[in-house]
Amino acid sequence: MTGQKASTLTHEILPLGQDGVLVRFARKPDPVALGSAQRFRAMVAMQQNSEILEVAPSLASVLLRFDPAATPRARIEAIAERALAEMGPSADHPVPTRCWHLPVAFGGEAGPQLAEAAALAGLTQEAAVRQVAEADLRVLAIGFAPGQPYIGLLPENWNMPRLSQLTPKVPAGALVIAVRQLVLFCNDSTTGWRQIGQTGFRPYWPQSQTPFRLEVGDAIRIEPISLTDFPSLAPESTDGLGGARLEILG
Amino acid sequence: MSATLHIIRAGPQLTVQDQGRPAMIARGLSTGGAADMTALAEAAALLGLPSLPSAIEMAGLGGSFAVSNPTRIALTGAPMRAKLDGAEIGWNQTHLVRPGQELAVGGALSGVYGYLTPAGGIATEPFLESRATHLVAGLGRPLASGEALPIGVDRLPAAPPVRIGPAARFSGGVVRIMPGPQTGLFEEAELARFLAARFVRGAASNRQGVRLEHDGAAFQSGEAAGLVSDFIAAGDVQMTGDGVPYVLLSECQTMGGYPRIGTVIGADLPRIAQLPLGGRVQFTLVTVAEADRLYRTPAQLVAEAKTRVAPLVRDPGEIADLLGYQLIGGVVSGRDEEEY
Repeated sequence: MTGQKASTLTHEILPLGQDGVLVRFARKPDPVALGSAQRFRAMVAMQQNSEILEVAPSLASVLLRFDPAATPRARIEAIAERALAEMGPSADHPVPTRCWHLPVAFGGEAGPQLAEAAALAGLTQEAAVRQVAEADLRVLAIGFAPGQPYIGLLPENWNMPRLSQLTPKVPAGALVIAVRQLVLFCNDSTTGWRQIGQTGFRPYWPQSQTPFRLEVGDAIRIEPISLTDFPSLAPESTDGLGGARLEILG
Repeated sequence: MSATLHIIRAGPQLTVQDQGRPAMIARGLSTGGAADMTALAEAAALLGLPSLPSAIEMAGLGGSFAVSNPTRIALTGAPMRAKLDGAEIGWNQTHLVRPGQELAVGGALSGVYGYLTPAGGIATEPFLESRATHLVAGLGRPLASGEALPIGVDRLPAAPPVRIGPAARFSGGVVRIMPGPQTGLFEEAELARFLAARFVRGAASNRQGVRLEHDGAAFQSGEAAGLVSDFIAAGDVQMTGDGVPYVLLSECQTMGGYPRIGTVIGADLPRIAQLPLGGRVQFTLVTVAEADRLYRTPAQLVAEAKTRVAPLVRDPGEIADLLGYQLIGGVVSGRDEEEY
């Protein structure tokens, strides 16, 4: 019943520059589009088609990069159409193969806007931290800055807008929240998102031969630590891992 | 065996650049690399190299340099005033620099980014298959005065000097854009107004992007509010919140939430990167099929540039050290010439 699937899964196949085909599932944030992008990314990546040089997912789209000198655009579009025909609409994500356990200090200096964010989520600060720690989170996309992850989705009550005033500077390692997503900043940044915590983990560590630590689809478990424990996990003394642990899932 | 290029005095932004790192979009790292890829192709053509080389990109102002071994260099990109031991030398050509000589490169006469390419290539340690400094990502840093840059030995220092007729790109002009994922978010009248406007370079421009200013009203999309962040390509013309267009260059962020009206094709992106203060650009829309036909691989860019290379005919009266000049260079390096 692929016809039925195609009629309910909305997508657009669009050009992005001379070497890119963008498969877009939605223009605005949407859990079904997010799940579709993740499953489409996994399906195309699994096919290991040599004509596709890179498969990159964002929150509601997947970019397929190709070599226009070797492959016509229409061929990439046909590959995309075929993969789409095999997929139905669903908010489900592919099963993760890896899980990162990230120690994060919440509130106080490490999370100056925790109280405000918790109030918007209708929770006490303690309950808010507990909900983040218990959430089944994934790396949804990596972008804007090198290695910087968009992590989600948090429960519905975290669907809070960005701030209208930008915070001029949050520190490297800041964990910020908006629209059911968390972003973990690699560097000092200006942001319109609320800072609820901080970690010694650096998702991008250019000194290393493997500078990008996270992959899209990785499961993320946030492990709350006390503010007093936080300094001992400073990135400089822990090769930027900040006490994080990678678990390979069987 | 390696040689050294000494940076005696560095201008404000000298960086090592090459083709960049094209396959890291999924990691959040934009391609980076030379702001003007045509300048690398022209350097390759001048030096007889098969692919795009690594070069020193000089933003606005050069510096002064010396070499440990006799080395041909190519000077391409934005023309800059250049002197070898105090004597003026030409841009868009090769020169032999000997140990003890000082090569001085001044300010850009037109355009923005000039390129100094040593024939033996730059021999710094590659990182993720590229030597390119990516300032936004914190990969590498600008070269500093007193620094010694490892370069490859030039195997054919006696090759006769050559010049190239540069592709026009240093004073604005017409720039082709192709439709992108968000072109449809702009009303047709707004797109038409954009295509009719003439723009000048804004001061807030760098390797991430060039801000374009014009006399008319800001450009708006009725669909801009609440867009989910999506992929950006170099060349994208992004409308920021206040409706001012930015053309994004090689060090752009990989994702963003502002709508983009179209994408400048690769062949015309150097025209934007090199747009000088006071230069004007206007955009013209081409179809996706036309844009795809206009795609060139790096090897094709080099091959095309080679058709514009010619021997440098020199007046012997201008050569200060005639006896030291390799008069039979053309014979010695016959093999080299066959590569053209």
